[in-house]
Amino acid sequence: MPRLSASRREALTFYLCISPWLAGLLLFVLGPMLVSLGISFTRWDLLSPPIFVGLRNYERMLGDPLFWQALKVTATYTLLYVPTELVGGLALALLMNQRIPGIVVFRTIFYLPSVISGVAFVVVWMWIFHPEAGLLNVALAQIGVAGPRWLTDPHTALSALWMMSLWGLGRAAVIYLAGLKGVPKELHEAAIIDGANPWQVFRYVTIPLITPTIFFNLVLSMIATFQTFTSAFVATNGGPLDSTLFFVLYLYRQAFERFSMGYAAALAWVLLLIILALTLLVVRFADRWVYYEGTRR
Amino acid sequence: MRRYGVVGRALALALLFVVAALFLVPLLWMISSSLKPDYEIFAVPPQLIPNPPRWANYSEALTFLPFGRYTLNTLVISAVTIVGHLLSCTVVAYAFARLRAPGRDALFLVVLATMMLPYPVTMVPLYILFRALGWINTFLPLTVPAFFGSPLYIFLLRQFFLTLPTDLEDAARIDGANTAQIIWHVILPLSRPALATVAIFTFQASWNDFLAPLIYLQNPQNYTVTLGLQFFRTSYTTNWGYLMAAALITMLPVVIVFLLAQRLFIEGIAMTGGKG
Repeated sequence: MPRLSASRREALTFYLCISPWLAGLLLFVLGPMLVSLGISFTRWDLLSPPIFVGLRNYERMLGDPLFWQALKVTATYTLLYVPTELVGGLALALLMNQRIPGIVVFRTIFYLPSVISGVAFVVVWMWIFHPEAGLLNVALAQIGVAGPRWLTDPHTALSALWMMSLWGLGRAAVIYLAGLKGVPKELHEAAIIDGANPWQVFRYVTIPLITPTIFFNLVLSMIATFQTFTSAFVATNGGPLDSTLFFVLYLYRQAFERFSMGYAAALAWVLLLIILALTLLVVRFADRWVYYEGTRR
Repeated sequence: MRRYGVVGRALALALLFVVAALFLVPLLWMISSSLKPDYEIFAVPPQLIPNPPRWANYSEALTFLPFGRYTLNTLVISAVTIVGHLLSCTVVAYAFARLRAPGRDALFLVVLATMMLPYPVTMVPLYILFRALGWINTFLPLTVPAFFGSPLYIFLLRQFFLTLPTDLEDAARIDGANTAQIIWHVILPLSRPALATVAIFTFQASWNDFLAPLIYLQNPQNYTVTLGLQFFRTSYTTNWGYLMAAALITMLPVVIVFLLAQRLFIEGIAMTGGKG
């Protein structure tokens, strides 16, 4: 009997301890999400009471060219950014994994831009992209290339935001570096003794062992690109010609500039479903290429 | 390995230097521009080292807008958020790491799932909630949720607590200590690095946050540094020298914290990233 009460008391303590999180989950996550589902079936400008409109907000999306534009911009950017983060981040991590004195300094340099993400980060790059006096076009002029107008040209604005984001590659690289440090040295040595060249060691020993890290970075960067907001809001404000109208920026405009709460809530739900579907898709195919030690073979 | 060794290593090293230079260039360009007078900033080709450096850019940029006020606002928000995260996440994470209860593992999966939940998804209903509470134009929407824990830091601290030996806790329990005393007297002293990581990550996130302050803080008196910088940018579009000076000042606190606590930063990122 005392044993039972002890384990009961432990369970009670557990629930008492997690009660802040549980309350937060209900108040700030699950509750709002349910409410937002309800709002998405209404027309509501916050001033007058909400009017129930059924599925009309979702129907409106189908015929809304800006919705499709936002989706296209976000998907394009994801396709552009995610592979570069996966490959570039890994390359950077490999450079950082060299055993030389003072390598920590390089780690600092590569990670520093990731710390200042936000408005300041974007502002620096707006000045670099300045068509006449910006560093990039001045450098291009040195080699005889007339640089484009970057952020104010609809053909280059999205690519410019992509280039800008490369400055933050250090974050992914640090995660990769942790993965690389976890690869046992004996495996490398064994492969070398068997006559493998450095490329083969990398391709057939290192890569398979860090697939969990690659997988994690893939999911993380996909979710992050679907939430892109600050760079588009500050650098281009979605322009020119809606060429950088990211999904969350469109959502923000509907909610806080036009006060179409119903439509914005519907957009938020579609965003959640897209991210959920993408994540599940990636997870679904993960067991084809992600190697977990001890769980398979 | 020896055959490829020397040339390969030299190439990798050279590449390391080139890439590091590329990463530094934007920062150097920013510093250089922040010290240039108006007429020099558009000079082609640009002067890398401004001669003479115009330090007044800094003092003048700061007088256009009350950046001191913005800094204070941001510090208050960050400090309260840090306290909130440390209090709530420690207790919740301890429970998930050490206490046995039915439903614990299922609830922990919920923690992991919400860790990935994008902020924009709940942005609209949260705004409506905080508006109903009369919290618009206050710091409350930015700080109060911190006292209800954050999935990422709950996860991070739980992983850390799992690495601690249980002997001390068992001894304390035998001596009659309750859970609160164990957390306070046994766990916390052993967890300083992990708690510091949570604190600096929270600081960085609050300091750089843009979307939430943009939604909730409409009165310029309440602006955070990122809002102030954005406002500065839209008001003085052509004065790049001032803008670079202002941007540098707003990012300085985070950069300093990073340089001082680098190891914690990197290990924290690796920890949350490597084990996902």
